[in-house]
Amino acid sequence: MAPNRRAINKPMKQKTTNKILIIIPAYNEAETISALLQAVHKENSTWDILVINDASTDATEELARASMIARVITLPINLGIGGAVQTGFKYAVRNGYQVALQLDGDGQHPVSEINKLITMVLEDEADVVIGSRFNKKKNGVKTHFLRRTGIKLFEWFSFMLIRQQITDHTSGFRAYNSRALAFLAENYPTDFPEPEVVILLGKNNFRMKETFTQMLERQGGVSSIPIAKGPYYMFKVLLAMFMAAIRSRIIHNETAS
Amino acid sequence: MTSAFNPNQVQYIAIAFSWLLFVVILYLIRKRRIKEEYSLMWLLFSLLFIGFSFWRRGLDIISSFLGIAYPPAALFMILLMAVFLIMIEFSMIISKLSDRNKVLAQEIGLLHFELNKLKRKLHKPGKEKKQGTKPQSGNSGAGVKK
Repeated sequence: MAPNRRAINKPMKQKTTNKILIIIPAYNEAETISALLQAVHKENSTWDILVINDASTDATEELARASMIARVITLPINLGIGGAVQTGFKYAVRNGYQVALQLDGDGQHPVSEINKLITMVLEDEADVVIGSRFNKKKNGVKTHFLRRTGIKLFEWFSFMLIRQQITDHTSGFRAYNSRALAFLAENYPTDFPEPEVVILLGKNNFRMKETFTQMLERQGGVSSIPIAKGPYYMFKVLLAMFMAAIRSRIIHNETAS
Repeated sequence: MTSAFNPNQVQYIAIAFSWLLFVVILYLIRKRRIKEEYSLMWLLFSLLFIGFSFWRRGLDIISSFLGIAYPPAALFMILLMAVFLIMIEFSMIISKLSDRNKVLAQEIGLLHFELNKLKRKLHKPGKEKKQGTKPQSGNSGAGVKK
């Protein structure tokens, strides 16, 4: 275990090369985590992989550690997706990563698309690149009608608020540059954070860009938004989006470089 | 109003209960079961109730000022207001606490990760010594010296 760890940690201390971190928030993802880590590592072994184990009650932590590929941070209590992902951002900022990508632990996001998102950030096309399940022509993955309607509503609402066209607010497949990471490490909402973050970023003048990514059916686990909780979810998220829009800008001159 | 009951009876009860509330809050602060900063709202309203329980005319004056025909309704209004304000204060406190809780949990996770990394580094060379035994004996030695 020890020599392998060192091999992973070595490139961290070097400079010049782009340090890229893949953040995988995982809550009870024992079914999928091992295969996912293998796949990500196979895709590009220079990426550092960080699993945020959000106080899972199953073997997620053991399996992630046993893979010897990933760094594993275990949270002492369950914080939900927002708190877990933000832990990853904090890690990325403190360890000087140029780019971090957030990838769901359930295998919903195709590993083959990671590079596309990262490349767009590296080429400075945007501060944040969102992998969208929608595309002008065809629909990527079959989503429930209600969920699709909700997403459409987010699109319209967020366009009203920040005048940026984002089609898939619920996507948790996102790549960030270091500036966005520094901002989000300090400001990130807790439950159902994704749509709100779009407003937060737009409001603070971050450039966002979407790219179509073929999404897979989830390999295991359950959605964080069961249909029955839909109305609560919609209300909470729309309120949070609205509040994020009417709150005063957080970024002041020192961070806006 | 001219029925059998004593109209002053309600006042005695009001005085007793508002005093009781005030004293209970003070007692809880003294026992450190409530922090001073979170007791202000309670103390404020219990004093208000004590005030009104003595000064019965006050309720009439307020209700006529607010255009409330039935003076006890003004009391209910003040009571509800008190409950609302205190509950809003609680929501604020809970939000602050859960936010701090989150930050702490994240720091614990991050620190634990760093700690494990350092531990592994320490144990890598030989693994010949078990940590814990040496510092422990050192500690007890220091204790004896004193």
